[in-house]
Amino acid sequence: MGDRSRLCSVWLGSETGILKGVSLSRKQAFNFCNMSHLSREQEVRALCWGDPAESELLVGSVDGSVKTFSVEKGSFTETRRCGDPADGCFSGLAVLSGSALVTCVESGTVRVWREDSGEPVTELHAGKNVSRMRQSPVHRHKVGTGGKENGLKIWDLEKPEQPVFTAKNLRDDWLDLRQPYWVRDLAFIPDSDRVVTCSGYHQVHVFDPSTPQRRPVLQLSFGEYPLTALSLAPGGNTVVVGNTHGQVAMLDLRTGLVCGALKGLSGGVRGLQCHPSQPVVASCGLDRFLRIHSLDDRRLQHKVYLKSRLNCLLLASRDPEDKGTVDGICQEVKEEDEEEDEVWDTMERVGDTGEQMKRKSTEEEEGEQQQKKKSKMKRKKGQD
Amino acid sequence: NFMSPEGAAKKSGADQEEVEVKMEKTEAEAAFPPTFSVSEIKNKQRRHLMFMKLKQEKRKQKIQLKKKKKKEREALGDKAPPKEVPKTIENQRVYDETTVDPEDEEVRFDEGTDEFSAYFNGLTNPKVLITTSDRPRGRTVKFCEQLATVIPNAHVYYRRGLALKRIIPQCIARNFTYLMVINEDRKVPNGLVLCHLPDGPTAHFKVSSVRLRKEMKRRGKDPTEHFPEVILNNFSTRLGHSIGRLFAALFPQDPQFVGRQVATFHNQRDFIFFRFHRYIFKNEKKVGIQELGPRFTLKLRSLQKGTFDSKFGEYEWVLKRHEMDACRRKFQL
Repeated sequence: MGDRSRLCSVWLGSETGILKGVSLSRKQAFNFCNMSHLSREQEVRALCWGDPAESELLVGSVDGSVKTFSVEKGSFTETRRCGDPADGCFSGLAVLSGSALVTCVESGTVRVWREDSGEPVTELHAGKNVSRMRQSPVHRHKVGTGGKENGLKIWDLEKPEQPVFTAKNLRDDWLDLRQPYWVRDLAFIPDSDRVVTCSGYHQVHVFDPSTPQRRPVLQLSFGEYPLTALSLAPGGNTVVVGNTHGQVAMLDLRTGLVCGALKGLSGGVRGLQCHPSQPVVASCGLDRFLRIHSLDDRRLQHKVYLKSRLNCLLLASRDPEDKGTVDGICQEVKEEDEEEDEVWDTMERVGDTGEQMKRKSTEEEEGEQQQKKKSKMKRKKGQD
Repeated sequence: NFMSPEGAAKKSGADQEEVEVKMEKTEAEAAFPPTFSVSEIKNKQRRHLMFMKLKQEKRKQKIQLKKKKKKEREALGDKAPPKEVPKTIENQRVYDETTVDPEDEEVRFDEGTDEFSAYFNGLTNPKVLITTSDRPRGRTVKFCEQLATVIPNAHVYYRRGLALKRIIPQCIARNFTYLMVINEDRKVPNGLVLCHLPDGPTAHFKVSSVRLRKEMKRRGKDPTEHFPEVILNNFSTRLGHSIGRLFAALFPQDPQFVGRQVATFHNQRDFIFFRFHRYIFKNEKKVGIQELGPRFTLKLRSLQKGTFDSKFGEYEWVLKRHEMDACRRKFQL
């Protein structure tokens, strides 16, 4: 179990409560769950890394429990009760330094839990109907929340009484009617204080808390359907958004234009994440597929069928296509050498030929194969 | 000079090299394409003649080949190789990775606990509300009435311009399990929205080829009040399974069949054909069927999770014609 979980570079949570790990290099998907104890109560709503080294995953379910999954061991190590299912499902999960856990539920309560106690250390109320809570990657104690008719609020967890920044709604439109807004997803832009949000009314807003302007600094529009997921590309200037119809597009934050669309999804997008270093974006949704697109040429690189509807996903920071750790490969080579040595030891020595065979290790075999290939090529050229 | 290329070509359509050589000699062009094709003759009448000749030659060769094969087959008798199966689009269908494996536990759990589990566990009985778009005209009204005779426990209501999102909570309060809305365009039904209540998926179909009862030839008498059997053919992928269950939950479950009526939903190439028959077993092997009731074809356009909400609902599957038309052998249902 542990070796399978170490291979996985993409983790997904599904509606049936199964945590799925996908290894792209091997094109295999693994289910990490107890098949006899499946229930819809365990539906996974939020996923996040337990620590910066990415050796643990935190899985938040509908019934209010947060389970810790260890990537090394390949199994669930711990379960914590973090809230009541009556409050609503988890809309955000984050980890503070020092093994403190931040959870946010749909009714708007953001709680900080410590490992030892069953009661939250800090609690703050972010309004009603919070759809998403995200943690700033730079300042770990800052979180942003947003929801239906509940604007973006940035909170500092050390001072939970007042939000650091509250967004103001857009100006009334040309008929003097109030513009509705519904923040579905948000992201913190890494180099500055700015926050990008996408709304259920097919708009993307950028807010800048360092300026006195509380209204959005930039406003973009895409499509006609609610945008459900958002992710920042590594450059910092492009943002990838997905909507309920399965349309995924890259928008440029400087010009406000659509750079390109990523095709292939046929169902609503539930999770989107860009890889931190490679120009690759992973998307999952209600059509039960995980798709990996490359951001440069917008081609579909991988498509994996996972049999349940997918709610959220997490990408590992390492290269998604690498074939396991370096240690693993070295071990394999050493094992092969040892086995071969044993085989040749048991065989009878036939003068020189025995020694020659013994000397053959895997590297030499490879070298010979390469030489054979080269000679074959040469012969082919000669025939022409 | 005019006659020589034509004359040379007339000798035999298959002798391309000779024609090539002669063309070279007579026309002396610098760049010459290696193969001679009929489309290079500029004169329309001559080109037409050459093309006809080419076709006749090909047909002759084909017939000769067939005759030869038939002779060989007869000569071999029993030892002849089996006849080759002709390729059809259904034969060549690209294997869909979402095809449901009957023993898959995860899919079984998913289906066992989805929105239809109440029906399939025998806890609810279907109750269908059939309505149309606003101000329906002749054919649509008759179609609705006939559908109501086919589906047991169905009620037709006139749509007085009411919003669907407001009808749905009232239906749920009155224990309806399905809402069926037939959309009309130019006096002909052309769309169907099937919404499972209380929180089930909503499917939107395109309806075509509607034949009402009086247009059917050799039909039987009107359907009776017995519950029909349901036959679902060829719903193999995961999406197909969801749609199949959507149709199955329209009819009450009763393993003891009374009455000899059967409703068939046959899926072929992503089109779903609905037929309603009455059958009678003449003996162990022979069945007689007579078609009653309306017939129509459906094509799925979108499947939305949750009750009808076209603006803010989340879609599980949406028909994207240009993306899906890329491969003619790939089907979704």
